[in-house]
Amino acid sequence: MTNPSPTTDGSWKPRIVAFFCNWCTYTAADLAGVSRMKHASNVRIIRLMCSGRVDPQFVVDALAKGADAVLIGGCHPNDCHYVEGNYKCLRRFHLLQRVVADMGIEPERLRLEWISAAEGEKVKRVINELVDTVSKLGPLGLPRRFQQWDEEIEALADDVAAKENAAEGGGVDQGKTPQTMESAHA
Amino acid sequence: MPKPKVAFYWCASCGGCEETVVDLAEDILALVEKVDIVLWPVAMDFKYKDVQAMADQSILATLLNGAIRSTEQEEMARLLRRKSKYMIAYGACAQLGGIPGLANQFPREQVLKFNYEDSPSTMNDRKTRPQLRFADNGREPLLPELHHVVRSLDQVVDVDYYVPGCPPTPKLTKAAMTALLENRLPPKGSVIAPDVALCDECPRKASKPVNIAFTEFKRPHQMLMDPNQCFLAQGIVCMGPSTRSGCEAACTVGGMPCTGCFGPTSRVRDQGLKILSSLCANVGPREEGEIQKVLEGIPDPVGTFYRYGLAKSMLRRKVNLPLT
Repeated sequence: MTNPSPTTDGSWKPRIVAFFCNWCTYTAADLAGVSRMKHASNVRIIRLMCSGRVDPQFVVDALAKGADAVLIGGCHPNDCHYVEGNYKCLRRFHLLQRVVADMGIEPERLRLEWISAAEGEKVKRVINELVDTVSKLGPLGLPRRFQQWDEEIEALADDVAAKENAAEGGGVDQGKTPQTMESAHA
Repeated sequence: MPKPKVAFYWCASCGGCEETVVDLAEDILALVEKVDIVLWPVAMDFKYKDVQAMADQSILATLLNGAIRSTEQEEMARLLRRKSKYMIAYGACAQLGGIPGLANQFPREQVLKFNYEDSPSTMNDRKTRPQLRFADNGREPLLPELHHVVRSLDQVVDVDYYVPGCPPTPKLTKAAMTALLENRLPPKGSVIAPDVALCDECPRKASKPVNIAFTEFKRPHQMLMDPNQCFLAQGIVCMGPSTRSGCEAACTVGGMPCTGCFGPTSRVRDQGLKILSSLCANVGPREEGEIQKVLEGIPDPVGTFYRYGLAKSMLRRKVNLPLT
C-alpha cells in the first residue's frame, strides 16, 4: 500500500479497499465468487462483523495509505444482524463524506451500499461501477502527496547538514543560504 | 554541582503557553532556584548564537510551544533538539498543530493575501509583502519564509514528552518539571496527563445518559444551557468523549463544552474522526433525509472536530491545495 503503482506511464489501476459485513455483503461477495461472476479485480475486501464496526479512522487510514476509494457494504435497513449497526454506519458515512470533501477529496471516492447475502450480482455491479468512477477521477495518491509536503522541511535539514560539514571543514559561510523553495512572497 | 539548564522557546503560538509558565506563581521561584534558564525569548534577553555555542545535549530540557510554520521556527526546533537532552512539546500547538494548524485548510497564498491585503483592518495600498531578502544600506537581511504546511513539533524533530493543553495547566507544568528534575520520567513519547477521556473528571458525568439519540445539534450561543447537565444530553457538541483529561474539566466547569485541546488518548489515532464516529452513531433518526437534517447542526465539522488537531490528523492538510 505504501508504494502506489506508478501513475505517469499509464499503468495505474484503481485500488479500492472494501469493508464488508460478515452477515450480508461478505456472504454476497462469496456468492458472487461461487457463482463465477466476474468483476474488476481492483478491490481488496476486509471482512468485519458489521458495517457498524467500520470506524471512520479505518476509512481515512485506507485513503492515507494509498487507496483510491473505499467501499462499505452492509445489510439492508431493518436486516442488520445486530439491529442498529447499519444505521450507525449510515449516519457516520454522511458526516464522514462531508469531512472528506472539506479536506479536498472527492466524496464519490467513498461509497456505501446495502447488499444482502443473496445479491451477488449487486456486488459485481457496485464494484464495477466504483472502479469506473475512480478510473475517471484518477489516482488519489496521498502517500506521494504527503512526501511532497515534507520536501519543504527536508530542504532545511539538508542545508543544516551541509553547513555543519562545511563548519567542520573550516568555518561556516554565513552569507550563503541556499534557497530551495519557490517564494510565494514575491 | 551546576544547575540543570532549561530552555523555553515559542514558535507559531499565541503566547498563552508562556503565560502558564508565569502562572506557576510563587512556584516559579522554586523552579528558578533549581534550574538555569538559558533561553526564554518572551521574558529574558538571550541570543541565538549563545545557544549555538553550547555543547550538544547540554540543555536538560527544552519546553517548546507553538506549531512549526516558518523556516526560522524549524531551524530553532532543530537547533534546540540538538542542544537538549529532552525535547518537550509544550501545549496543543506543539503537540497537535493547534489553532495555527487550521491554516492547513487553505493555500499559503490565500493566507498571505488575506493578512497583507484583504483583511478589513489592513491598509496596504502598495500591497507590500514581507520579502525573504532585501537590500538595506549594503546589508542583505534574510527573513524567515512561511511554510506551506503547518506542522506539530514531532513532525519536524524527535520529541520526548508532550505536555498537552491550550494552554497546559500550571499543575501539569509543575508535574512535568518535577518529573524532569527528580528524574522520574515516564517512557519516551508519553503525554504528561492521565490517559482517560475528559468525561472521567467532568462534574457533569453523572448526568451523561447511557443512551443518547440526538434529534438536533445546537451551538452554545443558540440556547440557554443547563449549568449542570451533560452537554451531550443537551444536544451540544462536546469533545469530551474523545479528548484526554487532565485539565480538571476547566471548560465544562466554566459552563462551556470541551473543544478538545488536550488531544486524543493513547488509544485513538485521529481525535476528530473518533468524535465524529461517536456523535453520529447516536443520531436518533434512521431515514437519510432526517439524518442529514440533524447533521446540518454541525456546519463546520473540520473546524469543530479538529480545532487543535488538524495538523496531526490522518490527512494533516486539505489534500488538493497547490504546493507553490
